[in-house]
Amino acid sequence: MSNESTTEAAVSTGHLGAQAVTIEQEIQSFLADRTKITVPVDQDLFASGLVSSMFAMELVVHLERTYSIAVIGSDLKLDNFRTIERMTALVSRLQDFAAAPGA
Amino acid sequence: MKRDPEGDRLGILGAGVMGTGIAAMALGCGVSVVLVDIAEAILADARASINRQLRHAQLMGAFPACRAVGTLSTTVSIAAVAGATAVIEAVTEDAAVKAKVLSALSSIVAAGTPLISNTSSIPIEELARSVERPEELIGAHFMNPTYLVKMTELIRGPQTGDATVQAVVSLLDGWERRAIVVRDAPGFVTSRLLHPMINDAARIVGAGTATVETVDKLMEGCLGHPTGPLRTADLIGLDNLADSLRVLSERTGNDAYWPCELLLTKVAAGNLGRKSGRGFYDYGEVLS
Repeated sequence: MSNESTTEAAVSTGHLGAQAVTIEQEIQSFLADRTKITVPVDQDLFASGLVSSMFAMELVVHLERTYSIAVIGSDLKLDNFRTIERMTALVSRLQDFAAAPGA
Repeated sequence: MKRDPEGDRLGILGAGVMGTGIAAMALGCGVSVVLVDIAEAILADARASINRQLRHAQLMGAFPACRAVGTLSTTVSIAAVAGATAVIEAVTEDAAVKAKVLSALSSIVAAGTPLISNTSSIPIEELARSVERPEELIGAHFMNPTYLVKMTELIRGPQTGDATVQAVVSLLDGWERRAIVVRDAPGFVTSRLLHPMINDAARIVGAGTATVETVDKLMEGCLGHPTGPLRTADLIGLDNLADSLRVLSERTGNDAYWPCELLLTKVAAGNLGRKSGRGFYDYGEVLS
């Protein structure tokens, strides 16, 4: 893990709640484990070529299993998985929805 | 004007990696699919796999938004493909197995129904000996994942009729696939070029010249391959690749095409690529 990317990650998670920071860090760790690179949370994973179309689906399944969510309907689109930030936002939203009364 | 495939009914024989991928592609284009294999357990796995592939296709925006997903039915009865618009066989890459299935299909489907072999390397001329109407047999070498790869290598055997070529090009066009027609030969174009290269990539790893990752990185970074040869091998399935290389070697007389030791060792150990969770790379779990 480079110091530079760690710093960027810390800076850009400054506005998030503790739970979202944890999600961001976990996704970053999962990506680092699989790609051997620690990426900034706002880096476009697909434009940079870091994530292939095949790995994209592995990311979806990983998030569903790790956070007990179901990514369905219009949420199942590449844009929601383009950056760690976007994945974090999606997971947080789906978790909030699942926890809401009557959900 | 593009042909509207809704209302088409596609029969697929073989619910493995390619059969399920072709099914997902057709379903996403609004085509109804009858998928046939020899056991209900295989078909249950196939239904789950097709659902995963349809999700993957949706994630990648691979299907026309205006079409509703077609209806999938699965069965162990080959007779269920009677009345299909076209039938694709996607069984094991073994000439004897394919010949047996094509012979049975030929007696079930009506005259005028294209019979399509999804072989990656067996000459269509050879398979045509097993069917009643060789002019209606054609090869279509789909790639994996079928629902993401928009081009299909179409193989015209010496007896394949013009009407069959035109009908299948039109079918593929309706499924948003562009067909490129080639003449018949062992491995056609893509397998003849790709599979020996993968075999040599594995030899390079076996000889200790470079690691799996390094071979792929060089082919990606220097030669612009979207996926390196060994990651591609994992996607194809190493057992299928070994079968295809045997076909190539036996039919060309070129011993260099015979699957190399590292490839055969992996197949013998059950490390077949993404579909078994491990091949040249370790995926941690079974991925389709």
